[in-house]
Amino acid sequence: MNKPKIRIATTSLAGCFGCHMSFLDMDERLVDLLEKVEFNRSPLTDIKQCGPCDIGLIEGGVCNAENVHVLREFRNNCRILIAVGACAINGGVPSMRNHYTLRECLKETYVNGVGVENPQIPMDVELPLLLDKVHAIHDIVRVDYYLPGCPPSPEEFLMVLGALLEGKEPALPRQLIHYD
Amino acid sequence: MNPTMNAQSNLRRVAIDPVTRVEGHGKITLLLDADNHIHEARFHIVEFRGFEKFIQGRPYWEVPFFVQRLCGICPVSHQLAAAKAVDQLVGVEQLTPTAEKLRRLLHFGQTLQSHALHFFHLSSPDFLFGFGSDPAQRNIVGVLEKYPELALKGVKLRKYGQQIIAAIAGKRIHGTATVAGGMNKALSLAERDTLLADIQDILAWCQEAVTLNEHIHTSHPEHQVFATLRSNFLGMVGRGGELELYHGGLRATAADGKRIFDQFDYRGYQEIIREEVRSWSYMKFPYLTALGKEQGWYRVGPLARVNNCDSIATPLAETARKNFRAFGHGGFVHDTLAYHWARMIEALHCAESIHALLLDPDITGSELVATHGEKCSTGIGVIEAPRGTLFHHYQIDEQGLITKANLIVSTTSNNQAMNESVRAVANQYLDGHEITEGLLNHLEVAVRAYDPCLSCATHALGKMPLQIELLDADGLLLDRLSKASTGLIERTD
Repeated sequence: MNKPKIRIATTSLAGCFGCHMSFLDMDERLVDLLEKVEFNRSPLTDIKQCGPCDIGLIEGGVCNAENVHVLREFRNNCRILIAVGACAINGGVPSMRNHYTLRECLKETYVNGVGVENPQIPMDVELPLLLDKVHAIHDIVRVDYYLPGCPPSPEEFLMVLGALLEGKEPALPRQLIHYD
Repeated sequence: MNPTMNAQSNLRRVAIDPVTRVEGHGKITLLLDADNHIHEARFHIVEFRGFEKFIQGRPYWEVPFFVQRLCGICPVSHQLAAAKAVDQLVGVEQLTPTAEKLRRLLHFGQTLQSHALHFFHLSSPDFLFGFGSDPAQRNIVGVLEKYPELALKGVKLRKYGQQIIAAIAGKRIHGTATVAGGMNKALSLAERDTLLADIQDILAWCQEAVTLNEHIHTSHPEHQVFATLRSNFLGMVGRGGELELYHGGLRATAADGKRIFDQFDYRGYQEIIREEVRSWSYMKFPYLTALGKEQGWYRVGPLARVNNCDSIATPLAETARKNFRAFGHGGFVHDTLAYHWARMIEALHCAESIHALLLDPDITGSELVATHGEKCSTGIGVIEAPRGTLFHHYQIDEQGLITKANLIVSTTSNNQAMNESVRAVANQYLDGHEITEGLLNHLEVAVRAYDPCLSCATHALGKMPLQIELLDADGLLLDRLSKASTGLIERTD
């Protein structure tokens, strides 16, 4: 009777959490989904390290060394890795900083900012190294599927997960793929 | 002022990385002396995005739709704060009644869904299962299994707020609702009626959530002293001193109730707030200029607002507020965990306000955009976002392109307070004992009370595996714990 559940891990790198929120926008349908899947590492659980998983959902692009580390942890542990949303797929809004040098961006916020006291660029052993550019996740690891949208709709999540649960190749109908 | 940890070689370091069940990425580090007294407790924000720079050169009308992508949890808050600034840029002082009410309805929907998410999806496991309970169960899935009725109400409360947003902004997350000087779409009668159909359930569930949180807080004396601080409070109030989330004057009050300023026009915010940069966090530390950077830190958000206001305009929430104030014996409630109770009082206020707005004939009006006046080069928009006062400040050139931007997001204002709360809990619970999973989550519970949105605060997110190291004064490793993929804490030595 008890079919083993599909194990899913999720993370948000340089993103806004909107893809995770859109995932939760499946509302009550989440209860049905939980009959078939279980969560491993995710911002929604207190599991903080990715174990062996069937599916990894990655939101956000890669903006610092820690993002690279987490992304590789997911790739190493997930059989299927899905780039979720605009930022994971092509860097999205955070990659707009690629038009400027990192130093220009940091100076604007911490040195030239309005009402700034003690202007300095934060630098501490506790702060992970920022990358000079924000990257799409496929610049770092192999990606199996891309789920477009800003954010992808809950229907997209359900359709892709539904197909994978049945062992089918996911395909999204045109009307579900939105750009705005 | 902020010696690096390495410089304090006689102290030992404990780190929690990352804090979970919050939105975004932060970590906690502690410095302890030989007697295990806490010398420094720090809550670090470790990622950076740089919106202030890269929106420069973009046309002002794009800004609300860029900046809402700071945060997928409260995108509406950023869109609205930016829209209020954009109204000033195009010389609009007063929106049409329909546009203003639609924006308020949108904002109430946003605050309701965000508050519901925070309590039910993220924080409730701590209270339903216990701060030190099994981490494998301590999440929304565990709540759905053990308390399905309660969890489903939370899911549906959030859904309702999101449906309001979708009806007005076209979609639930990162929709488009505002235009310079107004709104871009009317609410149809059919949309209004669909929303009205569910409102009685929503009101009832919000009342239950207030009752539950009031009960949890008042029946647990240990919660009342947990991470509790006496702080200044900052927030917006209406003309009559009532709770106000969309538009009003700024009020700051000291811990003892003494007014620091009131009905302050937020466009002069630079006179009253400065932000200190510290080397060890990408999140700045704002303070009230009048009190200086040592004394001037303050708290924002539900606890600040419900304490700071003189009344709430809707009757059920006002009754709840009076109970809250009675608990504080008429003075401020400084209990950090009372944030949750105050948050549910606000959720109830949102539900009541949504009900009233849906019954208002103006809400389905078609006058959506006010006539633009003389262009202005500076726009400053401020609202009370779910997590507290949110400041957006833009300057444009003659072409209408952004030349300067400054954002003070709600969570940033709570930066010092979160740091103080972490310090308080560390003092109370670490106290010379070996590190336990319970301690770890207690520190996280203190941070979670503020509902920090670290994606807003840093404009970036990320996660790392949890590992804690306890070093002695000479840097020798005494103890190391890590969290396994099952969520269980293991001693790895």
